[in-house]
Amino acid sequence: MIVIESLTKRYGSATAVDAVSMVIERNSLTVIVGTSGSGKSTLLRMINRLVEPTSGRVLIEGRDTESEPGHTLRRRIGYVIQGHGLFPHRTVAENVATVPRLLKWEEARIRARTEQLLAALQLDPALYSEKYPHQLSGGQQQRVGVARALAAEPAVLLMDEPFGALDPIIREKAQDDLLDIQRKFGTTIVLVTHDIDEAFRLGDRVAVMSEGRLLQYDRPEVLVTRPADSIVARMTGSAERAMRLLSLTTAGEAALPLASDGGKEDAPVVRASASLREVLSELLWRGSEIATIVDENGTPCGRLTVAAILARGRPS
Amino acid sequence: MRRAATLLRLAGLGLLLAFLLAPQLFAPLFAPLTEGGAPPIYDQGNLGMLALAHLATVLAACLGSTVLAVALGILVTRAGGQEFLPLSRAVVSFGQTFPPVAVLALAVPLVGFGEKPTLIALFLYGLLPIFENTVVGLRTCPAAVLEAASGMGMSARQRLLTVELPLAMPLILEGIRISLVINIGTATLGSTVAAKGLGEVIIAGLLSNNTAFVLQGGLATGLMAVLLYDAVAALERRLCRTARID
Ligand SMILES: Nc1ncnc2c1ncn2[C@@H]1O[C@H](COP(=O)(O)OP(=O)(O)OP(=O)(O)O)[C@@H](O)[C@H]1O
Ligand SMILES: [Mg+2]
Repeated sequence: MIVIESLTKRYGSATAVDAVSMVIERNSLTVIVGTSGSGKSTLLRMINRLVEPTSGRVLIEGRDTESEPGHTLRRRIGYVIQGHGLFPHRTVAENVATVPRLLKWEEARIRARTEQLLAALQLDPALYSEKYPHQLSGGQQQRVGVARALAAEPAVLLMDEPFGALDPIIREKAQDDLLDIQRKFGTTIVLVTHDIDEAFRLGDRVAVMSEGRLLQYDRPEVLVTRPADSIVARMTGSAERAMRLLSLTTAGEAALPLASDGGKEDAPVVRASASLREVLSELLWRGSEIATIVDENGTPCGRLTVAAILARGRPS
Repeated sequence: MRRAATLLRLAGLGLLLAFLLAPQLFAPLFAPLTEGGAPPIYDQGNLGMLALAHLATVLAACLGSTVLAVALGILVTRAGGQEFLPLSRAVVSFGQTFPPVAVLALAVPLVGFGEKPTLIALFLYGLLPIFENTVVGLRTCPAAVLEAASGMGMSARQRLLTVELPLAMPLILEGIRISLVINIGTATLGSTVAAKGLGEVIIAGLLSNNTAFVLQGGLATGLMAVLLYDAVAALERRLCRTARID
């Protein structure tokens, strides 16, 4: 758990971050979103003390981050930035091994961990370990950046616009991978973006910032249904809010029990992991009132009606 | 192309070594330049030994310049050291603009004749290119790379030694290379204050009006400078191949 207590950063007379307080639960993915210059990066960098706060404090698992030197604190916190910042004079394997080397792990352990991570990020170790960053594509560089940040098994991972430089298709893949990794390693992730769709897609909780202040910090559906003020409402897109709401729930979560007769034979079949927005779109397209939900093995596990979906698009 | 360059390099090295170790082989070439039965090949000392002494003086001075210039370059690119930049720049520029001959003239009364005044003159003369290149090399490290280094938990020292200096190394080497080459030529002046070196050959030629000697001293010095330049450039290329900034 990360506790942020009225954290403030001033540069001269300008206030970059203004008395922000928030609690970030363990194993959650928190997204900080806001317009350019709203203080997102500064807030993130105060968590690992790349930026020293003017006032306020940060507690990680109850321990004040000021209680140890900044550089040893940062070895326990993963950090990924836009444009990855890989070391151009070091191979992929050496890049990933950066923090374990600083922590003086044994070579065998470093090698095993490096290979495990590269494989987990779909970079075949045999193929990529000895390559230099300039020999990789943007998407591959980004994944090496994530592998490097996770190398020393940090409990907390900070990411500053990690997908900013990727094209939309690769970005979506990278977002899925991140969710997988979070599930697999149970890391507490704090991610900064100015892309509200990315925030909604990834965040268990979303923090909206403007001009250094934290406007609202809550679950995505609350941001849509009960925005704290007009800035949040504008950012979450009031015209699209019903659709946004639908995109936050999966078919599996909203599924009704299967009808005893097994359901209609010709009903469209959708995956449980699809969002309600996708299911509604499919039903409209097929002109059907009802869809059959299947799990990842293709076994029917429920059904959804247009009426049930529409009900989910209204604030409860 | 690469093969041709290598061959040329080896040929140059072979030529220099042959001339320094067995200069009499070249007597017929230089004979037309002499008059009145003067010796066509320098005969007042061993050319090989002179060349070695010449090289040793230049390398020693260059080592000194490198240590000071790189240290200053590091200092003025640290957060706390920026205020020393104008002063450091003034000092090294002065070292370059103050004529080495004048340095020799001023140093002799203080440290006597021989290698010492030459070392001082070359040391001062060689600072500027190394210093400027070190500053540029350290300043142009990509910001994202530096942020990542700190973000990974490197101390300022670790970041300097394992990230900044390796990335700046090609430029630093280039500065060293320029400094070396300039000083191979400048070191011939040392012979006016009795330092051992190829300048002796040139001065002997001037004193006895023997063009062959002057040419021999000049050519040997020039060839040595070109070969050294080439060797350091090859080292730079090796480093650049890996330390590539995308
Ligand atoms: N080192 C600094 N010195 C002075 N001002 C700074 C510094 N770093 C940030 N600021 C200012 O603080 C404010 C917040 O900057 P920050 O980088 O946190 O914004 P951001 O929300 O991350 O923006 P972006 O989306 O463009 O990255 C900006 O007005 C910025 O100019
Ligand atoms: Mg930012």
